[in-house]
Formats: sequence, structure tokens, C-alpha cells
Amino acid sequence: MRWVCLLFPRLALEGALRRRPDPCAPFALIAGPAQRWRIRAANSAAREQGVKPGQALGLAEALCHELEVASFEATEVERWRQRLAAWAYGYSAQVSLHYPHALVFEVASSLALFGPWPRLEARLRTELAELGFSHRLAIAPNPAAARVLVNAHDGLAVGDAELEPALAALRLDRLGLEEETVQTLQRSGLRRLGELFGIPRGALTRRFGGTLMRHLGELRGEWPLALDVYRPARQFSRTFEFDRPVHAIAGLAFPLKRLLQELGAFLIGRDAGVERFRLTLGIEDGPPQRIDIGLLSVQRDPGTLLELTRTHLERVRLAGPVMTLTLSATRVAAYMPTRRELLDGPARQAQAWAALHQRLVARLGESALRPLIEHREHRPEAAVLGGAGPSAGGRIEHRPRPGWLMAEPYRCDGDVARLLAGPERIESGWWDGGDIRRDYYLAEWTDGRHAWVWREPGGEGLYLHGWFG
Amino acid sequence: MSALDTLLDSRQVWRAQKAIHEDRQGAIATGHAALDAVLPGGGWPRAAVSELLVQGAGSGELALLWPLLARLTRAERPLVLVSPPAIPYPAAWRRAGVRLERCHWLDVGGREALWATEQCLRAACCAAVVAWLPQADSRAMRRLQVAAASGDTLAFVLRPLAKTREASPVALRLRLHPHAELEVLKCRGGWPPTQRIAFGGEA
Repeated sequence: MRWVCLLFPRLALEGALRRRPDPCAPFALIAGPAQRWRIRAANSAAREQGVKPGQALGLAEALCHELEVASFEATEVERWRQRLAAWAYGYSAQVSLHYPHALVFEVASSLALFGPWPRLEARLRTELAELGFSHRLAIAPNPAAARVLVNAHDGLAVGDAELEPALAALRLDRLGLEEETVQTLQRSGLRRLGELFGIPRGALTRRFGGTLMRHLGELRGEWPLALDVYRPARQFSRTFEFDRPVHAIAGLAFPLKRLLQELGAFLIGRDAGVERFRLTLGIEDGPPQRIDIGLLSVQRDPGTLLELTRTHLERVRLAGPVMTLTLSATRVAAYMPTRRELLDGPARQAQAWAALHQRLVARLGESALRPLIEHREHRPEAAVLGGAGPSAGGRIEHRPRPGWLMAEPYRCDGDVARLLAGPERIESGWWDGGDIRRDYYLAEWTDGRHAWVWREPGGEGLYLHGWFG
Repeated sequence: MSALDTLLDSRQVWRAQKAIHEDRQGAIATGHAALDAVLPGGGWPRAAVSELLVQGAGSGELALLWPLLARLTRAERPLVLVSPPAIPYPAAWRRAGVRLERCHWLDVGGREALWATEQCLRAACCAAVVAWLPQADSRAMRRLQVAAASGDTLAFVLRPLAKTREASPVALRLRLHPHAELEVLKCRGGWPPTQRIAFGGEA
């Protein structure tokens, strides 16, 4: 077993910074009773100007005029922990949020897939940096040891043989023990964990009770640690709240990118993709505006999703000022990654066509791209527009039919030079109320083109209905 | 040995004609013998835009293109019609031998039609793209020409006769006349024939 522990020393602050358009501007989280706000955490821009944790808000604002603040929310931190667990679930089936501020997960079985530890470590760090979270990490044979080692080290990798010496060198106040226990031990002249290991167990148990012994046992891997394992959510739904109303689609781009990145991380964790998802815009003084985005194939790459969503949004008109943006995917679908280089000929063709189809539909709408279907129907309008009738099958129409059919026939008496052939009577449709009774002629237009025109039996007036190509 | 041969041998002079003939190896037969005979390479230039100048819908463009489209749709790749002047009447298209299940038509106009045409050409997955683009100017035509080359796709753009006088950067320009006759206005890699060509076949 190899357990990775990731410690997030600035989780609350960095979680809040992710929602800000400019993370480099001075910003601080505040906490405490109203009227007596104190700084809980500040970003580097604010710290450079003298803002420190523990300061009264008034003092901090006096030191740094541009300081923007938000209140610290424990529920928000918990939400970020859940999201990080979802991300880690992409690397391990055993992820636990047992420790506050930290995430532990088992990677022995994942190393075969993600390569040796140094490579996996680099990958974890890159992804965390992209997500915007500073962190420390350690890997050890059990979760308890990984958790305490990360207190003192960053990037330490400990195998079974090195575990004992690595633990022995730890200072007692870095173990996460109760304050009282640490003080008692330090008063006895003990400084390092190794010295504690040297004391007979019976004596320690008598003095400090079972809790300390249990903790030491867990560190050395002698006692199993029962961890509650993280289970990923079945659905994805995230909301972004704007500080001030957004009036233009362009203003949605930044939060949309963030939300899609989180959706991507969630999908990788579930080893799934989405076929459709929904954007819900919370409109000021109005009902929410829903935008459903359907894809032709299952996708999960945030870049692809963003591009498709963008083209989709180009056609959307905002119903009003937007206050919140929610991205939700209620159904995930099995995802089959496609490796382009392995495909050749028809398979690649089909894939390229599917991608093109998707792009066209995303921008122009589902109804703009139409197939050519022939229905078994005598009325020309119904043969192309009916859509519901049976298809024509193998029978080929031998009477002359024009290549182009006008959507609406129109009166054209003056333009017809002469009638060349006809009439052909088309009489049909009495059963559905759309009945027609027409005599069709092949006509020569004044400019020499050939047209398909009709006249009602006994009636006057010719109507243009099609062109022979 | 003449002076010209000396120049050619010393590679100081480069013959454009030869290069063009080489990349015309893949010209695609039009299905009209009289037309193939006069076009450089013996057919439609592949990976390029061919421009057809027409009076309006039904000026013979279908009679001209149907033999090619019928042949192309026998393979797997899709055929896309962008903003046709009217609804393609399936019975007639099928009678001409076109396989309908390969055909798709886009009912859009204006700038979206230009965008869609370019997307289809660049995607390199269509057998051919036929677009009716009265709104296309010379810049748009150049864009489409580049898109057709980069996507290695056969393209036809139909524009009204009013555009005849405008310069066009495409590889081949044809003007359709009544009674199934056409005039070659420009063909890259050869001199346009002076007389009209009858391509026969009534749709």
C-alpha cells in the first residue's frame, strides 16, 4: 500500500480566489463576529502591503486601500474538499477526506497506469497548479504516516524500510497530538518521535492511555486505520455567483471556463463523459433562462466542451442581467476515448464528419442541417416537407420532376413563354385536409429556363412550383 | 539545341504549366465528354473551388453537376449543399442517380452560409460541397479557395451573372447559358476555349 497525502495550507483562500477575475489583486478572507471582523487569510498582494492574519479589518483596510474581502465560509471549504476528492478519484479508488485540510489516497495500484511515482507526482503537482491550489505532499506506506510526514516535508517519498527512521526524526509537536499530551512529553525531556518509540509500551499506556498508543500504532502501520472512503456524486451541478449583474454573453466566458474545467475533472473521476448538459442563468427579476446543450457524441475534454458551448451561446440572447450561472449534467454517459492515429480510412472519415456535423448544428441549430429524404407521396410539398410519411423505397419516379422545388408556389403568368408538355394531373390529400387538385406543365421561361408550373383545372393563372436544373 | 532548351536545362526558367499539370493528375471527370476534353487535366480541379455563374435556379447547373454527384455519392463520404436556391426535390435527385442518404443540405443564409461552407471545406471529410453564395465577394472566394485546398475538398460555388465582371481567385470559372451550353471564363493551367460548349442532357 502506498498512500499519498496532499495538504492544502491555503484551501479557503485559494478556493475564494478562484472565483475572482483577477486573483493577483489584494484580497483577504475575514471571519469573526459582525463589527469585529478579523483577517483570516490574505493573498500575497495583500500580505506585501502589511495585511496579516489576525488583524482587525479596519487596520487591514487602512494598510491596503484596494483590499477586497469576502467572509470565510466553512461550507465553501467543505465544497472545495469534495471537489478535490472528485479530482483525486481520477487517480485512485480509495480517496479519503478523513483529515481536515488534507486529502489521502492510495496509489499502489495506480502506479502501473500512471508510471513511476516521480512521474505521477509531477502530474499531480501540475494539475493542482492549474486548479490554483498550493499544496504539500508526501507518500508513505500508510495514511497516518503520510499525514504526519507532510507536516514536516514536501515531496518526501518513504518506502517500508525508510518509514521508521523518517518517523523517528519528527518533532513531537508536529504529530497532531493533543496539546496537553505534547506538553507533558516535552516536560519529560522528549523532543522527537524516535525517543517515544524507545519507551516501553506498557509505561506509555499507563501514563497516557490507549489514544496515544493507537496513534503510534497507526503511524507504524501496526494498527489499521479505518478511513471513510470518498464516493463520487452521481450528478454534476455547480453554480457561479456574480458579484454584479452580467449584461453580455462575453461576461459569462470566464466562469464558464472554470465550470467546464470542474465538469471535466468530475467526468474523469467518474470515467465518464456527457452527451448533454444544461446552463441555467439566474436572471435578475425574472425566471431563470435555461440553455440545453446537446452533443452528438460523448465528450469530456473541457477545451472541446468550451468551444462547443461558445458557438452555442453565440445564438443566445440574454433575457436580462445575469446573477448566477449554473452548469448541471444530470446524466453521465460511458466515455470511449478515441485515438486518432489508430484510425484510418472510413473510421476517421466518420469521426471527422461527426465533428463537423456537431459544429454546424451547434452554431446553426438542429433544424438547419437537413437530410434529403423522399417520401411516398404524390403531393410535391408533402414529399419533401412532410417528414413523417413512409420513405419511397426503391421505386423511381419516371415522370419528369424538377430538381428544385419552391417552398411556396407563386403566380407567374407573365414569365412563361410557352408550355412544352403536360398536363399531368396530381390530385391527392383529401384525407388530411391538405387536398390538392392541379394540372402540372413543363414550361419554358422567357429567359430559356425550364420550369414546373401548375394550374387548377378550369382555373386561370399559372403557379411556379419548381425548376428543372 | 535551342536557347530555350539551354535555359530550361540550366534550371533558370521554370515551367508553370508542368507543375500545374502535375497537380492536375487528380482532376475529377465531369461526366460530360465535351467538357472534359477542354478542361486542363480532363475534369474538375480537385481541392479547389469551381465557380459557376448562373441566371438563377434551374439554369442547367443540376444537369451539369448531377453526373459527378451521382458518382461521388456511391462512396461513403457525405455531400453537402449549402443554402440551395430552393428545396432539392428528392425524386428528381434520385432519378439522376444521386444516393440521397449521402446528401445533406443546409438551410442558412448570409454570413452563416459562408462560415458553414468554409467549415465543410476545411473538415476534409466531404465528397464535395456545393454552395449558393450570391453574397460572396472576392475576399470570401479567396478564403474558400484556401479552405478547399487545405481540406483537399472539391468545391462548387454558384453566383449570379452580375458577378461575372468581378475578379475571382478561383481555379475554374464557368458561365452557364440557356439550352445547356456553357462558356469557360477562366481555367488555371490552360487557355479557356473561345467557343461555347454544349454539355447536353436535359434534367
